[in-house]
Amino acid sequence: MTLVVDVSRRLGAFNLDARFETSGRLTAFFGHSGSGKTTLINLIAGLERPDRGRIEIDGRTLVDTDERVFVPTHRRRIGYVFQDARLFPHLTVRQNLAYGRLLSPRADRWADITRIIELLGIGHLLDRRPARLSGGEKSRVAVGRALAASPRLLLMDEPLAALDEDRKAEILPFVERLRDELGIPVVYVSHAIAEVARLATDVVLLAGGRAVASGPADEVLAHLELSLPESRDETAALVEVVLEGRDPDFGLSLLRSPAGLWRVSRLDAPTGARLRVRVRARDVMLALDRPTRISALNVFAATVLGVTETSDAPDALVDLDAGGDRLVARVTRQTVATLGLAPGVPLWAIVKAVSLDGTAAPGRAPLSGLAPTGPIARS
Amino acid sequence: MEWLGLSPNEWTAVRLSLRVSVWATLVSLPFGIAVAWLLARREFPGKAVVNGLVHLPLILPPVVTGYVLLLTMGRRGPIGSFLDEHFGIVFAFRWTGAALACGVMAFPLLVRSIRLSIEAVDRRLEAAAATLGASPILVFLTVTLPLVLPGIIAGMILTFAKAMGEFGATITFVSNIPGETQTLPSAIYTYTQVPGGGAGALRLTLVSVAIAMAALLASELLARRISRSMDLA
Repeated sequence: MTLVVDVSRRLGAFNLDARFETSGRLTAFFGHSGSGKTTLINLIAGLERPDRGRIEIDGRTLVDTDERVFVPTHRRRIGYVFQDARLFPHLTVRQNLAYGRLLSPRADRWADITRIIELLGIGHLLDRRPARLSGGEKSRVAVGRALAASPRLLLMDEPLAALDEDRKAEILPFVERLRDELGIPVVYVSHAIAEVARLATDVVLLAGGRAVASGPADEVLAHLELSLPESRDETAALVEVVLEGRDPDFGLSLLRSPAGLWRVSRLDAPTGARLRVRVRARDVMLALDRPTRISALNVFAATVLGVTETSDAPDALVDLDAGGDRLVARVTRQTVATLGLAPGVPLWAIVKAVSLDGTAAPGRAPLSGLAPTGPIARS
Repeated sequence: MEWLGLSPNEWTAVRLSLRVSVWATLVSLPFGIAVAWLLARREFPGKAVVNGLVHLPLILPPVVTGYVLLLTMGRRGPIGSFLDEHFGIVFAFRWTGAALACGVMAFPLLVRSIRLSIEAVDRRLEAAAATLGASPILVFLTVTLPLVLPGIIAGMILTFAKAMGEFGATITFVSNIPGETQTLPSAIYTYTQVPGGGAGALRLTLVSVAIAMAALLASELLARRISRSMDLA
């Protein structure tokens, strides 16, 4: 699926003016409140009209103001999971699910309701009405209803924003299964970096109504602060690891990635689980000589790929290749000069902490056990 | 109808009233829904005028409304003669005229009830239906209308009750002809105009009260059933 967007829309003092192209399996629209995320997916769904511009999916024009094309919402076949679920109160869960299915063209019905019900774990709710569902159940039914209409693209507008942490942990695995098992392209709107880091294959960064960066999730997040200075502390590399086991003496969890063995504090995930961890740029130190007798447990040999100076601080982001893993470190420009950091320089990366937020939910069943391709498999 | 102690004439008036009210309610319903939807959802030039016209029967003396109906819908009125010539529909001095007068008098209540209900519908649900592939007409039929149902039922009950009690416009437009246009209120009025009519007036008054109570109870029960089916209660 390729989504091409080039639109502008004025809403009072706010000006949306976004231009990007993505063909990710799960593209996250990431940005802070008021950055234009929801307006953007409303434009894609046809719930709003752009003042000017064009939206295309796989070569099919949905909107083109120059050509005076506007495909109405009900003919776009784009599923939309709203933040507030918006289930029909006068229908049961079963009827809510059947609604979109009955309206979808017979030839295009790929959705298998039985499988969706099973995938989302909503089989026991079918005869209830929405008023009798919990927040997490409503979210799951809303996802199911959108899927049952056999959409060509699924839009999800912060489907977790209204839920507490436990409910979020309940829904996230389902989103991963959509991505990996159903193969339906998803556009996922979020202002939570942990969700984006966990779910996205591609990211479009939005700030002040503009698409300031877009591309594969690991690349965009590794240079996050270049486009979004206020997210400085969230600039991070995404490293895909396998949980190898537990260190019996100290209770640490051992993670394996191409860079080597990572020792992190205890993780509640089963051995063999494939996880995606975030290594923040601020948590990576660099040394030209192999450090000995230091407290940090994770030291990897690496090579400098490039150095990028950030715009508003005396900092630089150093991209590293650690045995095939991509890491990023934030250092001062002075360090860059003193250590002579330049592409090709071999050095040691010392990782002080590994952030696991948004990977394995503590105490939950392994995601990879459910998804044959593994939740972090990339196309 | 011996058991109620009603004379055949009185019983005729009761039946006529019921027939007039049911027809007034059913026939005005589609128009009521359409006008309520227009007023709730659409902006158009002259909206204030339409709104005013709809509410006029509520404010005008009923006699005036009846007289206006007589002038326009009567045999020689512009609309009345047109309908007579082309469709054979005659209102003047017929029970259909009584139904028309009742429908017009109750119309503001019907529209108001449905309009408020439409305005209360969460439009985000309609947007959700559109993303699921529902065309605007289907959205209206499958989402808006079911959600407005309580308002429609309330409006229908109001209309029916108002029609049962309508007097001024009816008697002005279609007069007071026993067996044709003499509705319950007209019959009561007639009794009060003759010596010794007190007992008859009282009997019909009791019937009136009974019908009104039954209508209220029915609406109450229906509303409760609907809200229970939506789990809103």
